[in-house]
Amino acid sequence: MYELLENTVGNQVIAFFIAAALPLFLFILPYAIIAVLLERKVSAHMQDRLGPMITGYHGILQTVADILKLIQKEDIIPTLADKKLFILAPFIIFVASFAAFAAIPFSSEYIGSSIDVGLFYILAISSFVVAGILMGGWASNNKYSLLGAVRSAAQIISYEIPTAIVVLTMVMLTGTLNLETITNQQTAYFWNWNIFGGAALGLSKFVLIPLMFGAFLIIFISMLAEVNRTPFDIAEAESELVSGFHTEYTGMRFAMFFLAEYANMLAISFVITALFFGGYHSPFGYLGNSLGAEWLIPFEQLFWFTSKGIFFVILQMVLRWTLPRLRVDQLMTVCWKYLIPYSIAILLIVGFITVL
Amino acid sequence: MKQYFINTWDAIWTVLVGMQITLKHVFVPSVTIQYPIVKPELPERARNRLFVNMDDCIGCDQCARACPVNCIDIETIKATPTDSPGITSNGKKKALWVTKFNIDIGKCCFCSLCVYPCPTQCIEMTNVYEYTEFERQDLVYKFATLSSDEITNKQENFDVFQKEKEEAKIAAAKAKAEAAAKKKELEKKEAENKEDAKPKSDDNPKNENE
Repeated sequence: MYELLENTVGNQVIAFFIAAALPLFLFILPYAIIAVLLERKVSAHMQDRLGPMITGYHGILQTVADILKLIQKEDIIPTLADKKLFILAPFIIFVASFAAFAAIPFSSEYIGSSIDVGLFYILAISSFVVAGILMGGWASNNKYSLLGAVRSAAQIISYEIPTAIVVLTMVMLTGTLNLETITNQQTAYFWNWNIFGGAALGLSKFVLIPLMFGAFLIIFISMLAEVNRTPFDIAEAESELVSGFHTEYTGMRFAMFFLAEYANMLAISFVITALFFGGYHSPFGYLGNSLGAEWLIPFEQLFWFTSKGIFFVILQMVLRWTLPRLRVDQLMTVCWKYLIPYSIAILLIVGFITVL
Repeated sequence: MKQYFINTWDAIWTVLVGMQITLKHVFVPSVTIQYPIVKPELPERARNRLFVNMDDCIGCDQCARACPVNCIDIETIKATPTDSPGITSNGKKKALWVTKFNIDIGKCCFCSLCVYPCPTQCIEMTNVYEYTEFERQDLVYKFATLSSDEITNKQENFDVFQKEKEEAKIAAAKAKAEAAAKKKELEKKEAENKEDAKPKSDDNPKNENE
């Protein structure tokens, strides 16, 4: 893919930029539009409603209409806000959440940038979001925004720890930070996935299965908390803080926060998929192999990767519409008293197993 | 320590139970009524917008008198025999031209008290409930079918008729008076004639009193 781009463009730097930006325009923005509608539909059907039905067939154009409306809205900047930071904040959040996709392997033929510190890069760039949130909340000069931003900062910093420990566990198990390599270790059938103990057969595989399930739960919960989704949305907490750090934002700036939230959901789903669920690999082998059509395989891989990602996105939506919001003290309890001890225990045991 | 693991297990288990319940509801048919497209069925005697069938209205003013908030305003002109409004669908004869039948639905309290006294059942509650207006004045419904020209015409007709009637009355009174006078004279004459004819044989009480 990258070589193809380089040959057509003729310049290495430009080709690199295009390769890195391609998933954003080709994939993530359309996804965000679909996901917003999906969330509304999922929540509606879970509450025995229908959701948007008027715009297009069963309301499929509702998000397009909403974005058109948001573009037309007046861009209000509060008089007493810190103007520069106020304008900068949505861009930082938008860029930070979309930049994470650069290191995610979509298929064997396409990865924005196959860097060897991919996992580390994704963790770093996604925790950069907290800077944008604090910036937006503080610059708004609104007590609710500031409260939301401070809560969000405390939450994200706390939940970075279990995430990092679980990622460390996976790095110890796989021996690499490159997501493409991690994915390729889980090739062939679904029992080679890391959640089922990885590709290596033996007694260690069966010891690893419960540990991996635990690790998956921990990283799922803590990453869910990092992107500020319900049940961990105390940063937005619409019943307490209006809408938290983006209370003062209007129009397109608000839409950027909104799209960034959905992009974040997909990013964490992709990371979890790549770490535990075989990345872009099919669970049953490829149709292209059995038909003898080699060119089909990358498309199949793209299909499997997005399906797994969307599955986790839907799982997050179901969780959001099932669980009530945690209180601040409960939130901290979950992180410090439960997730971190368990993740450290898993880290130690997996360490022993890999050493043996 | 035991409590710690119980808490962990409870957290995972209760989340799964909750998700099972919400996922079950995905397959429950939705209860939404797509309102502007599909309208909910109203109860049989639902009270909404008033409607007056002016073909049947006899202008009796009973609805206006029954209204507790005075939202009905009726004015009528008596019909003349030559220019009658006709009859209602159930055969009642209309005796009045209804020149003004205004219902201020903004005042209406939907008590339906105007509906019951109507002798011809021409005022009724319909099932129309979407009648928002931008101007409050637009909520005053004018049901009278006569144009202003027609109203002046009817008024003139009535005035002429009234005048004629009065004249006729006066004439009739005059005629009556004349007739009475004539009769009296006649009677007098007869009496005189009778008296002239046989004055002593008459057993008249008058005469006795005299």
